[in-house]
Amino acid sequence: MKYATLIYSKPGSHEALPDAEYKAMFGEYMALANDPRCVSSGQLEPVETATTVRVQDGETLTTDGPYADTKEVFGGYYVFEADNLDEALELASRIPAARLGGAIEVRPVVEQPSEVRSGVER
Amino acid sequence: MLASLIGFLGDFDLAEEAAQEAFAIAAERWPRDGVPSNPGAWLYASARNRAIDRIRRERTLAEKTRLLEVPEATVDELDDDTTIEDERLELIFTCCHPALALEAQVALTLRTLGGLGTEEIARGFLVSEETMKRRLSRAKVKIKTAGIPFAVPADHKLPERLDAVLAVVYLIYNEGYSGRVDLAAEALRLGRVLTSLMPDEAEVHGLLGLMLLHHARRQARFSDRALWNGDEIAAGRAALEQAIALRQGGPYTLQAAIASLQCEEPVDWNEVAVLYGRLASVTHSPVVELNRAVAVAQAGAVERALELVDRLDLDSYQYLHSTRGELLRRLGRLEDARDAYERALELASSEPERRFLARRIAEL
Repeated sequence: MKYATLIYSKPGSHEALPDAEYKAMFGEYMALANDPRCVSSGQLEPVETATTVRVQDGETLTTDGPYADTKEVFGGYYVFEADNLDEALELASRIPAARLGGAIEVRPVVEQPSEVRSGVER
Repeated sequence: MLASLIGFLGDFDLAEEAAQEAFAIAAERWPRDGVPSNPGAWLYASARNRAIDRIRRERTLAEKTRLLEVPEATVDELDDDTTIEDERLELIFTCCHPALALEAQVALTLRTLGGLGTEEIARGFLVSEETMKRRLSRAKVKIKTAGIPFAVPADHKLPERLDAVLAVVYLIYNEGYSGRVDLAAEALRLGRVLTSLMPDEAEVHGLLGLMLLHHARRQARFSDRALWNGDEIAAGRAALEQAIALRQGGPYTLQAAIASLQCEEPVDWNEVAVLYGRLASVTHSPVVELNRAVAVAQAGAVERALELVDRLDLDSYQYLHSTRGELLRRLGRLEDARDAYERALELASSEPERRFLARRIAEL
């Protein structure tokens, strides 16, 4: 199964680390991205760069800032191929943001039957 | 049988339907052809084969190949009960998976491992049957969609996952007195199942011992010993000894040991206080510290007990104040005792407790 691990981090928590620890932490993110089980990943620019779009009655409303005004902000994700939720949770618990005051939301990704058949995946 | 079917199939609804079909076939065939030599294994094999047939028929996605690779079960290979036991154990860990809400864990455990129907579970927790049905089906959907595994956790995860299982059973036991269904008996049954499935885990025996030693005194907790159930006390102590022999005892084993001491005549309150001290160092619970203080007072050191109580940060806890009141009364500080009892009375929510406290105040 594929699982998305959505990374909500505490703003500034990573940058506050001393140089050596910051490097080590960055290495941990890279190691997860290079794990053979990692299908895709992405890191977002800081939340200050976010723009939110809504369409109401055909009219586009654009606002500055993130969709939800929360203490932890969505900062990136990995998609892992894992046998079950336990394996996905184990991977999620290794994401540094989880121990730096943030949280990781783990959600299964809907399998697309058409892709399975045509062999697009993997 | 249902438990191992669910464990094998990884699907609650499919397992339930397959089991029903197997029973229906048995009802038709056994009177005609005679009862097979191992009826349980026959039912299990038939249900399993029915379910596999069904999956084959309904197969739309490749994800179910896992099930299709399994060869047809025969009655012979299922004569060995260990497979079924292993699957039951896996199912326990699935039902008590921390990715499920605690109330869902409890309901699922009762539904699949206990002998209760949805309607009975609903009554036990004082919710409508509809609510309980929804709770169960939401949990089943999450197990399936989120891929919660049917597996015994890896060794390094086992202690915390086992704690979750024990917490569910103990919660069911403690609910046993409030609802209208005998959940306490169900919890005892689950406790026994766990000891047979995990005989090497001290805390599993500790929990069974704890529940039995409390249950033995349910008719009259501390007053009338004639109402205590001697067999249950003996069984509880036997479970406690098992736990102690395994040398890995934790909070449940300690609480069982305390309950066992409280069944003695006279109670060795010094020893009870020592055990509460050890329990407090494991749980860091101020309520446990309060119980320790009570034991210290019972052992005769009332001043010391009051010192312990005054150190606790439990100002909104009714029993802190009623305990203080009692200690102050024994020390002859009647005015302070009255203040403490009055604070307890403010916090008391149940009518019998309010009556008890009012009587205490009147007697000062």
